[in-house]
Amino acid sequence: MEIPKSFLGYKRENGRVGTRNHVIILPVDDISNACAEAVTNNIKGTIALPHSYGRLQFGADLELHFRTMIGTAKNPNVAAAIIIGIEPKWTKRIVDEVAKTGKPVEGFSIEGAGDIETIMKASKKAQEFSIWASEKQREECPVSDLWISVKCGESDTTSGLASNPTVGNLMDKLEPLGVHLCFGETSELTGAESVCAKRGKTKEAQDKFMKTWSDYNDFILKEATDDLSESQPTAGNIAGGLTTIEEKAFGNFQKIGSRQFVDVLTPAEEPTKGPGLYFMDTSSAAAECVTLQAAGGFNIHLFPTGQGNIIGNPIEPVIKLTANPLTAVKMKEHIDVDVSKILSREMNLDQAGDELIKATMRVANGRFTCAEALGHREFVMTKLYRSA
Amino acid sequence: MASTDIIIHDKKDNVGVVVIEKVAPNQTCNCWIMEGDGSATVEAKNEVPLGHKLALVDLNEGDTIIKYGHDIGKVVKAIKKGEHVHVHNVKTKKW
Repeated sequence: MEIPKSFLGYKRENGRVGTRNHVIILPVDDISNACAEAVTNNIKGTIALPHSYGRLQFGADLELHFRTMIGTAKNPNVAAAIIIGIEPKWTKRIVDEVAKTGKPVEGFSIEGAGDIETIMKASKKAQEFSIWASEKQREECPVSDLWISVKCGESDTTSGLASNPTVGNLMDKLEPLGVHLCFGETSELTGAESVCAKRGKTKEAQDKFMKTWSDYNDFILKEATDDLSESQPTAGNIAGGLTTIEEKAFGNFQKIGSRQFVDVLTPAEEPTKGPGLYFMDTSSAAAECVTLQAAGGFNIHLFPTGQGNIIGNPIEPVIKLTANPLTAVKMKEHIDVDVSKILSREMNLDQAGDELIKATMRVANGRFTCAEALGHREFVMTKLYRSA
Repeated sequence: MASTDIIIHDKKDNVGVVVIEKVAPNQTCNCWIMEGDGSATVEAKNEVPLGHKLALVDLNEGDTIIKYGHDIGKVVKAIKKGEHVHVHNVKTKKW
């Protein structure tokens, strides 16, 4: 198959390209969720991103919170952003960073004004942004404007056999075209960590990966009360035939095909070393991982599943594929691409990779994913430790 | 081409994955070895469902399970060729 050279995307002020055109109402903290949701209720064409944190965090945990907030609003799938927080200082810090992209952004703080006045002011601005964004048109953009993140979930042995290698096949075909790619799931590479480290393009990248993995593993060993067999593999993984974390890791690792990674990113960090594959230090929980990757600037996501994970994200479309023939039938409304014919050898990996590329292009052009049509908008902050 | 009941990733693997709804006891299963596009047969001893593994050789306690050509855990209870391989007879070497 000849790989399409372009797709129809939204060109942003800073040169990045979006596959979506969202106007987001982003609460800085948990107590501003009500305000953000009221604004979305008032103004059509906007979407609120409620979450659970943002108060009394400190140190690296607070920095990650800001990075996630700022990165989410900066993502090219976001046309314009309204930021609402309880206090003006933290709200302004986010607004100032997002404004550097050149996109419309405005902040509102609730303290001293109350919810109702804030909702009124923010709604007026949100209406302006919504009408402005509605006139944006898709334009032809090179395929290199795709920033593709990947993460698998509710995996079973069919993931390692077929759906993850299908993603790997797509990476092998698209990386030479200058696409940015990202995988994560630090804990779920356990067992395959030394094999994965060897995929670092440079000694520096390899060492950075091993340090990241070791730090995470030390943390898990410190906090674990048993052998972690209740969590890794999960009950769903075990039902699907996965026995150990090592087996899960080698299956997981199939997603990067034969690629090498350029660099290791901290959670929600934007890559700056040009096109290619990046590893991001993330939790292996689906919604946390995709939220971090979206905050890193990725504009389309591929999600292989075995037993049927149902995750979506409010700003980054999540394309699901499965090779499990039972899941493809029983959970049809969640599956965008069915590659189960690989198992019956009616389809080979090359053909499956092509099917996934076609589906990715259609979604990049605007086709709804199953998760978007079902309203899945999981926006979940990663928290590093307790608040003060 | 006979229909495939079990897929084996790598020639070195000592387990294969069931890719039909289930295999029945005493069923002779057709295996496809992905590496090198080879084939083999194995007789199932237990009923093993889709996605679950079956031993391709006799395995003793302490032996290593090889899948994808890599170590994925240790045998904690002896397994005969053709038997179901899962959490009841295999454990992680990590954690």
